[in-house]
Amino acid sequence: MRVLLRNPRRELQVDGPLSVGKLLRRLDLNRESVLVVRGDTLVPGDAVLADDDVIEIRPVISGGAR
Amino acid sequence: MKCAVCRGPAVIDLRRHNANFCADHFLKFCRDQVVRAIDEYDMIEPGERVLVAVSGGKDSLALWDLLLELGYEVEGMTIGLGIGDYSTASTEAAIAFAARRNLTLGRIDLRGDYDYDIPTAAAVTRRVPCSSCGLSKRHLIDRAALDGDYDVVATGHNLDDEAAVLFGNVLHWHTEYLGRQRPVLAERIGPEHDTRSGGAEAGTRVFPRKVKPLVRLTERETAAYCVLRGIDYVVEECPMAEGNRHLRYKEALNAVEAASPGAKQAFYFGFLARAADRFAPEPDGGDGEVRSCARCGSPTTGEVCAFCRLIDQVTGHDPVPVELVRPRRRGSRRRRARTKRPSGQSATGAQNSTGFAT
Repeated sequence: MRVLLRNPRRELQVDGPLSVGKLLRRLDLNRESVLVVRGDTLVPGDAVLADDDVIEIRPVISGGAR
Repeated sequence: MKCAVCRGPAVIDLRRHNANFCADHFLKFCRDQVVRAIDEYDMIEPGERVLVAVSGGKDSLALWDLLLELGYEVEGMTIGLGIGDYSTASTEAAIAFAARRNLTLGRIDLRGDYDYDIPTAAAVTRRVPCSSCGLSKRHLIDRAALDGDYDVVATGHNLDDEAAVLFGNVLHWHTEYLGRQRPVLAERIGPEHDTRSGGAEAGTRVFPRKVKPLVRLTERETAAYCVLRGIDYVVEECPMAEGNRHLRYKEALNAVEAASPGAKQAFYFGFLARAADRFAPEPDGGDGEVRSCARCGSPTTGEVCAFCRLIDQVTGHDPVPVELVRPRRRGSRRRRARTKRPSGQSATGAQNSTGFAT
């Protein structure tokens, strides 16, 4: 699957299937600090991501813009 | 994972509420949390005119959208801070949001209207950028609210923001700030005896009421709200906020939250319920005598307000590109280049043109 990360912007290729929870742990990301977005909707924590999925892991913590 | 309300497929899990929601019921959850905050803290009365401080980020746009959904009369004000591409994108996001919904959005541009911007102010004052940024935004939003006769200013501060500020204030025991950390700051009326020219007429508002309707929502929830509502906001972080202590506090609190869902909520609302009154400010605000600024008429305890002092200091300088104003690493000291002192002569120091360490 294609994983888009932000701040800084970068892309990763990760083999699926893989659950959202495992993906976040693998990337050492705190689930409280990010949203997983697929297209125009969200992916919940127990979802399993397929090998051909394209997702964005969006950071939500800000110290600047409100 | 099923929605706690309708048992349909859930799109988001909220561990602190032990609940998962589908899109529709999550949006309702957000509206309900804002209604609860407004009612519990008497933030906005029906019929009052609200000015939202809009940055183009997720919280201010989610706030504006939520208040409109709840039927309030809301207009926005955005301030161009001059922080390079970040500010350009932020202003564009705010304008696009307002245009799409046919809303009124006032605009101030620091460089165009006041001949300075935040990177230049940071370089000239040699203080962290957030200092001049926060001062400028607070002053200008307050001024816009008073001049536009808005009843209340609403800002997009969320639960993460308030918990992080509380954490920092407790860490350093800033008791004077603890006394003022509330979801509502009441309006203040000018002193009856203030007759200086340029000042507010005695008995008129000098500070508008300021409210934080998003305090019951986390940043993750406001971001999710924007995604599900199709609201485009600036995701990239302010380049001048990189590594600041506020962000570090948020990371620390989220580490606690991950292991103990609901910790941030318990921390902040527990403080409001059980400890905030112990730090209540003095009845007169503890600020000393408040008078009108001799320049702009805004309230101040000195001769000239902090914003006018900032203007005096930073206007007229050549703009400093944001790339040249790097956040200082925590604990580092600004070094002055030393020249070897010839015998019998005094030492001189030298620094780069921005006054920042290289």
